[in-house]
Amino acid sequence: MRMLINVPETVVADGLRGLAAAHPDLNVDVENRVVVRGDAPVAGKVGVVSGGGSGHEPLHGGFVGFGMLSAACPGEVFTSPVPDQMARAAAAVDSGAGVLFVVKNYTGDVLNFDMAQELAQDEGVQVAKVLVNDDVAVQDSLYTAGRRGTGATLFVEKIAGAAAEEGAPLERVEAIARRVNERSRSFGVALSAVTTPAKGSPTFDLPSGELELGIGIHGEPGRERRPMMTSREIADFAVDAVLEDLQPSSPVLALVNGMGATPLLELYGFNAEVHRVLAERGVPVARTLVGNYVTSLDMAGCSVTLCEADEEILRLWDAPVETPALRWGR
Amino acid sequence: MLDADFFLRWMNALTEAVNREAGRLTELDAAIGDADHGTNLQRGFTAAKAALEKDAPDTPGAVLMLTGRQLISTVGGASGPLYGTLLRRAGKALGDEAEVSREQLAEALRAGIAAVAQLGGAKPGDKTMLDALEPAAAALDESFTAAREAAEEGAAATVPMLARKGRASYLGERSIGHQDPGATSSALLIGALEEAAR
Repeated sequence: MRMLINVPETVVADGLRGLAAAHPDLNVDVENRVVVRGDAPVAGKVGVVSGGGSGHEPLHGGFVGFGMLSAACPGEVFTSPVPDQMARAAAAVDSGAGVLFVVKNYTGDVLNFDMAQELAQDEGVQVAKVLVNDDVAVQDSLYTAGRRGTGATLFVEKIAGAAAEEGAPLERVEAIARRVNERSRSFGVALSAVTTPAKGSPTFDLPSGELELGIGIHGEPGRERRPMMTSREIADFAVDAVLEDLQPSSPVLALVNGMGATPLLELYGFNAEVHRVLAERGVPVARTLVGNYVTSLDMAGCSVTLCEADEEILRLWDAPVETPALRWGR
Repeated sequence: MLDADFFLRWMNALTEAVNREAGRLTELDAAIGDADHGTNLQRGFTAAKAALEKDAPDTPGAVLMLTGRQLISTVGGASGPLYGTLLRRAGKALGDEAEVSREQLAEALRAGIAAVAQLGGAKPGDKTMLDALEPAAAALDESFTAAREAAEEGAAATVPMLARKGRASYLGERSIGHQDPGATSSALLIGALEEAAR
């Protein structure tokens, strides 16, 4: 596997140095692994902080800026950040209005953010926390770590960030973040396995001619393997898996997301199929976003995330945003 | 009796074992997790080693507390908080005694294991580090060798188990047939005790 890197050990730091070089309006602390809005803390504004393992770019660092995240904490590749990072980020963005942690539901992320919440509160920062757990491929039961946080993270970060930008108090920012998560579901498919810099070889063996259904974003295998399917068949399977769990009574936000190595041409073709099947199922689409946003390094594949929107969610989705990876309306 | 030197030797032997076995831990993790367990523990114990060398604590409890704090601050993932909590809580249970007995260490480990179980919400049989640690702590009352053997058996016994916690639980039935990486590294932790006692 050929990678555009120096050595595996410096992949995250090198990426952060590059992010800083491209976006001088961000405050990138390479040493302590924290990406902060250049104008933070913004007076009277709730801070929205997220973080997680690296390898999902542009999530989360690419979403730091006006109208979205106040700060992001990148961990090692596919490894949650440590509590010190989130506590540092919370202190950097808190204006006194408090901070919301957006946490993807993985055992490591939950444990580290819990510890960070304690550290930040010891320093006098008021911290609320919302878990994102939208992946319908995982059974939410006592017998698993619960549903994974995947594509809906983008919806939660955008909408909570917009609410905070409008000056909403912490409990309202937290409530809307929770509502967006509760109304969102995702399903992902892998056409190739992922290769982490540290391991240097694919994390699982996926023969050509087969695909994995119900994958996560860390190279963990899915729940089921099948012979290769067409874009049309994958869209039917993924959208139906989502709709089995979410019966929207209002138009949806749709994220058609690439896992990192699937060309945009294919993603747009897949988006056409997603819209077709949603129309067949009688689900109107209010807004669509297509692209590589919540990725898994060099994995080929895609995921579909739907959020049952309401007026407030749509208004906050349309609100201006200016970050490295998402910008409109400003 | 076991003094601070013994605990420093333990942590040293553990660091060496983690460095030696990092590739295998990562391979096991690739099968049912996300292929980083070895690398993550290596990073944590390397940082802990540097901290212990810089300012060697003079009690058994302080050695474990400092190591645990370093793991929490450098590892990330689930293993950072879990191993960090295990060692910190065990260290706390040892208090500031200059020397402790093997039985006291076993008791302290049990306190650490209880904290890990509470934090992670796992029970024995869920295919986690507890499956190696619990039998090892029980056997430690007998001898270091018995503890190492019990930990290794416990880790091997995770192969047919269905994972119910952590990332491996996403796989459902497909987690069966693989040894749990966390139980495997826990066996290294206990094995290093026997080395330190030599």
